Amino acid sequence: MNVTVARLTARGLLGRRRGLLLLALPVLLLALSALIRGVAGQDEGTASSVLGGLAIGTMVPLVGLVAGTGAIGPEIDDGSIIYLLSKPQPRWKIITSKLVVAIGCSIVFAALPTYFAGLILFGTFENLTLGFTIAALIAGVAYSSLFLLLGVVSRHAVVWGLMYALLWETVVGQYVPGAQTLSVHQWALSIGQKIASPGVISSSVHLPTAVPLLIVATLGGAWLASARLTRLTLAGEE
Amino acid sequence: MTTISIDRASRWFGNVVAVNDVSMTIGPGVTGLLGPNGAGKSTLIHMMSGFLPPSSGTVTLDGIQIWKNQQAYKQIGLVPEREAMYDFLSGWDFVLANAELHGLPDPGAAAKRALATVEMEYAQDRQVSTYSKGMKQRVKMASALVHDPDVLLLDEPFNGMDPRQRMQLMELLRRFGADGRTVLFSSHILEEVEQLARHIEVIVAGRHAASGDYRKIRRLMTDRPHRYTVKSSDDRALAAALIADASTAGIELDYKERALQIQAIDFYRFTELVPRVAKEAGIRLLTVSPADESLESVFSYLVAAK
Repeated sequence: MNVTVARLTARGLLGRRRGLLLLALPVLLLALSALIRGVAGQDEGTASSVLGGLAIGTMVPLVGLVAGTGAIGPEIDDGSIIYLLSKPQPRWKIITSKLVVAIGCSIVFAALPTYFAGLILFGTFENLTLGFTIAALIAGVAYSSLFLLLGVVSRHAVVWGLMYALLWETVVGQYVPGAQTLSVHQWALSIGQKIASPGVISSSVHLPTAVPLLIVATLGGAWLASARLTRLTLAGEE
Repeated sequence: MTTISIDRASRWFGNVVAVNDVSMTIGPGVTGLLGPNGAGKSTLIHMMSGFLPPSSGTVTLDGIQIWKNQQAYKQIGLVPEREAMYDFLSGWDFVLANAELHGLPDPGAAAKRALATVEMEYAQDRQVSTYSKGMKQRVKMASALVHDPDVLLLDEPFNGMDPRQRMQLMELLRRFGADGRTVLFSSHILEEVEQLARHIEVIVAGRHAASGDYRKIRRLMTDRPHRYTVKSSDDRALAAALIADASTAGIELDYKERALQIQAIDFYRFTELVPRVAKEAGIRLLTVSPADESLESVFSYLVAAK
């Protein structure tokens, strides 16, 4: 972990329009939760579908996508990464620092808002809010790492990330149940399922499958990103 | 004493050969890397700065491979051609961050010294995005100097600079060279290179075309047949008068164009000869234009001559 890299990454991420985008999603979720609570009252089914569908299904991957790809992609695109790379710093340290910032963003802009939305919708009953919050936290970590990797390997990281989060996890997962085995969303839910009271949260993946996959995705993503960054070349513009 | 050695290095991108079997040694003092745009100068600098592996051959810093060797950056300062920096930072924060990334014991003092060297203290608190091109170049320079490197690599550092900024930067680089540092800069302008560099390496179309003292390179570039197109009030009489002099090698009367195509072999004598002969014979000169003075043609002559 290098503090300077983390500081530059955080300023780059939060400084511009991206910061507003990151803020807009949780604000929307909280406003919607307050509205739903006001109209529909305290209801487990509603709370569950808002937190599971909107928070963990949509907001967490989007925040992870913006934070993960935004932590490195723009610097590679415009070439300013050269100032980080032309230093006697191991590449894994650069990746780790950027990952820490992306995870931090996921906690602040996705996991915490999920918790507050849960409190608004359903309070602390049946550990539903806690279960979804932990799931959001864990999904945020895995998404950050995977999307950081995408940011290093592809110039179209956002497009690939959206295809994964929206098409694969949501649409494909609905029709092809097997696809859900390879879904960060479902892995995280299986941990939430364990925390909340029985029957409150459900996941299509079993915990013994989900935990190793989460670890492999997170560590593997960071490791591959470091390896790729070590071999990053700057092609001439001539 | 730090030396970069390029030994039979080639680099290709798919089917395109950007650098073709180049060998050179860059030692202390200022070296100019001269060549037209697209010759492979940036590719060479990228290989020397560890951002591109050679497809074959080696690029080493005091005998140690540079590619994938992050420790080499303790000795190398790099001023990239691209302008992108962390624009949202102030000049001070940017240089300070570079000092911290080098793990210097006192990054604040190092940043201060580097900004003073490039005379940018007056604008150090402004955001980089508000800087002019020359100011950005100087801050980039400060970021490359912050760890007091033995080797300084600069990719087209004078591009877009005004004459005063150019003079300042030249003075600075001269000083570094005199200190015994290894300074290499690329440029496509001969005048720029010969003002600053004692030693010049010329690269054309990916090949190493010439190497040596600036006088030698200048001679190589001027002592070659020059072609001119001349139009006058009496082409035939002018041709007759010019061919009598030893500075011309051949003259062709081009009727379609109503012009003379002249091949001159002694550049300086010929340029003095034409107006004198025309005046003596009472011929009016309408056009005198070099037919092949583009830098590319000068360079390709060098490659062919090698």
